[in-house]
This record gives sequence, C-alpha cells and structure tokens, in this order.
Amino acid sequence: MVTRTAPSRLTTRERARRAARGGASRSVPAPLLVPALIAVGFLVLPLLGLLIRAPWRHLGAALSGADATQALVLSLWTASATTAISLVIGVPLAWVLARSSFPGQRLLRALVTLPLVLPPVVGGVALLLAFGRTGFLGHYLDSWFGLTIPFTPLAVVMAETFVAMPFLIITVEGALRSADQGFEEAAATLGAKRMTVFRRVTVPMIAPSLGAGAVLCWARALGEFGATITFAGSFPGQTETMPIAVYYALENDPDAAIALSLVLLLVSIAVLISLRDRWLRGGIGS
Amino acid sequence: MTQGDSDGLIVDAEVRRGDFMLAVSLAAAPGQVLGLLGPNGAGKSTLLSAVAGLTPVSAGRITLAGQVMDDASTGAFVEAAGRPVGFVFQNYRLFPHLNVADNVAFSPRVRGMGRQAAKSAAGHWLDRLGLTDLADRKPGQLSGGQAQRVALARALAGQPALLLLDEPLSALDAGTRLDVQAELKRHLAEFAGPCLLVTHDPLEALVLADRLLVLENGRIAQEGTPAHVARRPGTEYVAKLVGLNLYDGHADGPEVTLTGGGSLVIPDRGQHGDVLVALRPSSVVVSSHRPQASSARNAWPARVAGLTLLADRVRLDLAGQPSALVDVTPAAVAELSLSPGSQVWLTVKATDLEVYARDGSQPA
Repeated sequence: MVTRTAPSRLTTRERARRAARGGASRSVPAPLLVPALIAVGFLVLPLLGLLIRAPWRHLGAALSGADATQALVLSLWTASATTAISLVIGVPLAWVLARSSFPGQRLLRALVTLPLVLPPVVGGVALLLAFGRTGFLGHYLDSWFGLTIPFTPLAVVMAETFVAMPFLIITVEGALRSADQGFEEAAATLGAKRMTVFRRVTVPMIAPSLGAGAVLCWARALGEFGATITFAGSFPGQTETMPIAVYYALENDPDAAIALSLVLLLVSIAVLISLRDRWLRGGIGS
Repeated sequence: MTQGDSDGLIVDAEVRRGDFMLAVSLAAAPGQVLGLLGPNGAGKSTLLSAVAGLTPVSAGRITLAGQVMDDASTGAFVEAAGRPVGFVFQNYRLFPHLNVADNVAFSPRVRGMGRQAAKSAAGHWLDRLGLTDLADRKPGQLSGGQAQRVALARALAGQPALLLLDEPLSALDAGTRLDVQAELKRHLAEFAGPCLLVTHDPLEALVLADRLLVLENGRIAQEGTPAHVARRPGTEYVAKLVGLNLYDGHADGPEVTLTGGGSLVIPDRGQHGDVLVALRPSSVVVSSHRPQASSARNAWPARVAGLTLLADRVRLDLAGQPSALVDVTPAAVAELSLSPGSQVWLTVKATDLEVYARDGSQPA
C-alpha cells in the first residue's frame, strides 16, 4: 500500500529552479548535512585561525626579520629547479610508462609512484643511505670527487625531486594514455619520425596536463619538509626552506612563523587558481 | 607483372587484427582511383592502415612503384614515416594546436625542409585548394568542408606517390557533401599516383572511383568498374546499396531455379550453372489479379509486407516466391488499394532480368 504524504510547501524560487533544471528535491538530508558541516569546519577553521592571529600590522617586519627572506628565496629556487629537473627527466619516463611495453613495466610504475605514498622522512633516510657521505653511492662521490651532497642546497633539490617528481609523472602519463593517438598516426604518415612526433605533436597536445603536472610538482616541492630536513638539514641560507623556517620560527618567533605561513598559504591559493580549470570543476580530468 | 603494374600499388597480403583477418589482392595503377566499398567491419580501414604502414601485414607483401613497403616473408618493412603516402583520415585528424598553414606545412617541415621553404610549399597547396584565406585559422574554426580540404592539402603537401582517403566525406553534412565531392573529384583527377578511396556510400564510390572493389568480411567480394558493379552486383550487400533485387539460382537454358524458392524465365543464351539474377524494382509490374494476356514471361503471386514512401515513389516490400522490392507510384498504391497483407500479382519481362555468372568480378 502506498502511504500518502501530506503536501509540504514549495517556495516560488524552488518551483522555478525545479521547472528550469528538472529533478526532484535538492535539500540535503540531515545525516549527511551535519557530518559535512563538521568536515567543512575542520578544514576551514584552522586557516581562519591563521588569519585571525596574523600580525597584520608588522607583517613586513616579521617577514624581513630573521631568515625569512633567505628561506623564501631558497624555497622558490629549489622548487623551480626541482620542477625543471622533473620536466627534463620525468616527462620522458612518463612517455616510457605510457607508450612502450617491456617486462617489469608494472613494477616500474609501482616504484615510480611509491614516493607518493611513502612518508617523506623515509625518503630522506633512503636518500641519506644512498648519497650520504657513507652511503653506498655517496661514499664513492666523496672519495673519488670529494663531493658531499647532504646538507647542501643540492640535497634540498634532490629531496624535493624525490618527493615531487612522481606528481608530474603520473599526471603526464595519464594525459599520454588518454590522448588521441590518431594525431600521432597522422604525423607518422606525414613523414614525422618518433622523436619528431613527440616534440611537435605529442607535447603540444598534452600541454595543459604538462602545465598542471608542473604546477603540482612545484607546489609539492615548495611544501616539502620531511625528506628535506632529514637529507639536507636546516642550515639557514643553505638548506632551511620555508616549511623548515616556519617550524623553527614557531619556537622563538611565532609572529614570523605565522607571517611565513601566510605567504605559503597565498602561494597555495595561487596554485589552486592556476589549476582551477582542471580541479575545481569536479574530478581530475586527465 | 606488367610494367604498368609495377608503377602503382600492389597489395597481395593478409592482415590479422585480433580475430579479424583481411586477405586481399589488389593493384592500383598511377592516376587510378580505386574505390573500396564495404560495410562497417569489412576491413577497409585495416587495408588503408596496412598500406600506410600503421599495421604490418601478417603474410604476403605490399609494393609501391616497384619498391617493397612490407614483406612478411623477408621481414622487410618501411615505417609509416618513410612511405611516400598521403593519408586523409576519416575525421581528418588536423593538429588542433597548429593553424591551417602549419598543418599543411607539417609534412615538408618534418621531411627536412627549412621553415621558409616549407612555408612556401604549404602556400602553394593552400592556393591550389583555395585555402589561402583560412591560413591563420585553427582547425576548430573550420567548417567540415574546409577541414576536408585542409586535410587533403596537408596530405598532398608531402608530395606522396600514393593517396589514401578514408571516408573523406562522411564527416560532412548532406548539404555540403555534393559540393565537396565535386571538388574532390577534380583534385583526385589532378593527382598523378594511385589513390585508394574507402567509402560505404555507394554514390560516393560511383562518382569518385574509376574502379571499385567490394570488401566483405575481410575478402574481396567483387571487383569492376562502378557501372559494372552497379549493374551486376555480386552480393546482397552491393545489391542493396545500388537498389536492386538480387537472386541466386541455377540456370538451365531459359529458366533459373532460385535458391530461395521460385523460378524465373530468362532470355535463353544457353546459360547453365550457378548464376545471379538482378532485377530493378521499377521493372516489376504490380496488378491486383492474375494478368490474363501479357507479353511478360514471369508472373507470380505475392503479399505486401511493407510500404515505404521514397520521394515520388512508394517502395513495396513483397513476400513471395521470390520476394522482391518493387517501386510503384503513389497513385498505383491508391488504385490497387495496397496495404500490408494485400495479395497481388507481379509480372516481369524476361529481358528485364540481368543474368550473370555468380563470380560477378569483371576482368581488369
């Protein structure tokens, strides 16, 4: 038997909306609404705290003081270097993973994506064990070339690359997989060799994904903390990046820590805006 | 192999793609437009793909102007980039990030021409195909007909020895199709090398091709001039395309016993053995009663199974021994008060029947 329901009230606006767009009620059931609001609060309130506690009046002083500028400059150039290196070596790897087939390819893909889920500190320890002064590679670098990597800006870049490059690789690999290979076939029939096809057709066609992957990689590198502090340490001006500077400033100069955090927040918002077409419209379209 | 053959394209090969197998043997002479007609999945695109070097043959060989492109027995294979082939793809596949001029200049450029030289080579083709005004447009800003011309210009700019066209007009709307078709015919006539044209549109095949090859299920079902194929279809598929009734049967002098039931009287030319009989839908006379005195040698009863209005005629689907599609005027439908289920008599003159051997191919 069908239970009859008493009519509820439909506002004129809701009537118009349903008439225009179709579909039934859009109101959110309470069991979904309450947890959703808690989630929003949890994500937004801490950022609000950052804005409320910010030393707005002497923001400039807080930023110029101590090692802030040094840390910012170091962070910016290491993240950019990381992105450049990732483009040079990561994009070819993405192509290899997407377009060629060889035994162990799945294993290789798993290894490449491992840093995405690996705690960054573990990455730092691994880098130290490989390239540290007594590491199995670093040992030779030290004794043959007198080259010591740990606790140098180079170590910062290496730590950031280790953590951030996979973001670029998986973004580009996804784009390569979903790209219409018909265009590459067309290029081949027009006389283009494999490398020419890659340069003149494939890369331009996946340019949006390439850009998104690079921004993602850059943002991840900028925020890198665990692997960097483990492998590169925290020498001001040498290896102390923004996140590390924030961490130490919190102990003796909280205002500087907040000011630095604000700068990073601003950068993150800029990154989001640059990715808006891909991410904010729902779903990661590769 | 004659001298003429070695200048053109010769395919004698099998191409395997998963469960599908294409086995063809064909030759296209320079200047000839060979139309490949067939239903979807017949292997037309696979054949083009093999000739272009995008799919290797699994047996046999492909030669172009006397040079081996692909030979499964020796393993010789020329990569797609190394073949002098121009390919116009079904959806054109114009590079979306390049403008029209750069699309057309692509082939000269990647084949080693300098930027300026490639640009002027492209300019020549843009001019020839009337695309100069569109040079700066991106493919997304072109109409279907314009995109088709750009695709042709891009393929021709590589100065190919062979042209491949995969359903070049299928992406166009009916209105522009005829104009573009006429234009394409002109450009194809100017092209010196052999040309393979894939289509499933019979009109396109009849208008554009010098010679037709009907592909069905990966095999060549019929070969001949468009006129020959249209008059003497070799398979049910072709008969349907060109709008003919087709019966197969066994001829014995003046009579053919049809495989599907019934028999037809034909002009006695001493034919014996398996034959095909083609019958034009407009050659059949429909009457409500058995014709008493008639010069027509064939008369048989049938039942109306369906009626379809086609422009100025009505096509009747008639079930009988044999069944037939018959065209009559709307006035006749009214006079005979025809409706599904009506019983009628069909009469056909023996001389209106086209009788030919089952292998409908015409020697080259």
